[in-house]
Amino acid sequence: MEPGNLTPESKLLTAKYKERGTVLAEDQLAQMSKQLDMFKTNLEEFASKHKQEIRKNPEFRVQFQDMCATIGVDPLASGKGFWSEMLGVGDFYYELGVQIIEVCLALKHRNGGLITLEELHQQVLKGRGKFAQDVSQDDLIRAIKKLKALGTGFGIIPVGGTYLIQSVPAELNMDHTVVLQLAEKNGYVTVSDVKASLKWETERARQVLEHLLKEGLAWLDLQAPGEAHYWLPALFTDLYSQEITAEEAREALP
Amino acid sequence: MAILLSQIVFIEEQAAGIGKSAKIVVHLHPAPPNKEPGPFQSSRNSYIKLSFKEHGQIEFYRRLSEEMTQRRWENMPVSQSLQTNRGPQPGRIRAVGIVGIERKLEEKRKETDKNISEAFEDLSKLMVKAKEMVELSKSIANKIKDKQGDITEDETIRFKSYLLSMGIANPVTRETYGSGTQYHMQLAKQLAGILQAPLEERGGIMSLTEVYCLVNRARGMELLSPEDLVNACKMLEALKLPLRLRVFDSGVMVIELQHKEEEMVASALETVSEKGSLTSEEFAKLVGMSVLLAKERLLLAEKMGHLCRDDSVEGLRFYPNLFMTQS
Repeated sequence: MEPGNLTPESKLLTAKYKERGTVLAEDQLAQMSKQLDMFKTNLEEFASKHKQEIRKNPEFRVQFQDMCATIGVDPLASGKGFWSEMLGVGDFYYELGVQIIEVCLALKHRNGGLITLEELHQQVLKGRGKFAQDVSQDDLIRAIKKLKALGTGFGIIPVGGTYLIQSVPAELNMDHTVVLQLAEKNGYVTVSDVKASLKWETERARQVLEHLLKEGLAWLDLQAPGEAHYWLPALFTDLYSQEITAEEAREALP
Repeated sequence: MAILLSQIVFIEEQAAGIGKSAKIVVHLHPAPPNKEPGPFQSSRNSYIKLSFKEHGQIEFYRRLSEEMTQRRWENMPVSQSLQTNRGPQPGRIRAVGIVGIERKLEEKRKETDKNISEAFEDLSKLMVKAKEMVELSKSIANKIKDKQGDITEDETIRFKSYLLSMGIANPVTRETYGSGTQYHMQLAKQLAGILQAPLEERGGIMSLTEVYCLVNRARGMELLSPEDLVNACKMLEALKLPLRLRVFDSGVMVIELQHKEEEMVASALETVSEKGSLTSEEFAKLVGMSVLLAKERLLLAEKMGHLCRDDSVEGLRFYPNLFMTQS
């Protein structure tokens, strides 16, 4: 119906049309309610047969998540959703979220809030204990994606075939990210490395590295041969790092 | 100590149980006559078990399965020892027992595959039904849009709760199933009760991440999703509860006790003035809050003109804003 210039007849038609619209929506809501009940039954049946499969088989979990995404459903959106309640996927991922947060918090003094997915995986498994359900890296990524809803802080940065997980709201733009990726090879970069690989001017390279220093993501090594090395603790492997507490870390600094 | 991958017939997982670790059972071909000397010359069993005391069996199983699928050794020159990896060598007498075992394993593998494919099949059927729900919700949402305000609040609430159950994003507002369901209202009231004391212990403010951990650890099961928490917190102010959600410019989200902001900023200024200047870390330690929130409070005080900053490689330090007070 065209707005404006409505004759009384057409106004009546519009009103009737809208009224029909009301009835139609109510009908559809009633229909949705019925279908929802049916779906719930189907899901219960599925759960009784395959709930264990989801719990135990990470491949199946991936399939499940992908299919949900394809049709436009988020099984992890709410703990009150059917998927969560009946398949138990919710508790699995939400608890994992808590464990991820705790690991990141515990290691923040060392790596400034940046950690490789591998190390996170290892630490989470350690924390979960021997008898807990095993989790895959895919599970971690999905849990982290959900955590993003809690405000800035969690980020996933691809570097050299794996990922760095950021757990503090440091501002990292493309320049910072690309330098992190460069550092992945040796665990450190120098200004010259950055200039050579990325073809940047000295000033740009220095600014990026100083930002990483300020955010606590990089450590400055002035005693390295040649020029200053900027180390990324997040990229240290067990070979190079040792377990030190926050206290020791503070005392070690001048 | 090593075994050629070509020796493997079949692998299967055994889940962990009480008092036993997770295992991968590796069924092997009979040892070739010219096998290298090893810990045992022979064994009654045709399989070995790999025990995973702590974790790792999933990754290991996945990679081993991949290798078993790819069978790269078939393309490699037979430089190492012998052995094709299928069937018996021509001319060798094969014990019937082993053939029987291999057949059983093959059957078991087919059945496991069938179980998994049955699960996938059931899952696909389920998804078809779920998709119908999504389509229906889109159609309803369009009707709602057309009516533009003629829809009753009751209908909206019903619709939103349906979306919540299915995990469908609200097609009208684009928020995930839309905030403001009954569930979230109840949740908001619960949170107000649970968080009062912890907030007071922490200077009146907590990041949403802290709240998420605190609440879920306390619940133990039937945990909240991050979105549940956010959507409930969004309703705190509207429900006139004594706490509220606040989003800082940086995107950091916190829960804070109402009416405390001016107090908190004033006390921050006092603390900084006492000490001459403070970094976020120093302030956090003094006040007993997390560095993240300490930084936000100092930034807020700066925004309001009470503090000014000294930004260097050594860090960010805040001073009382003497430009304002001593003009």
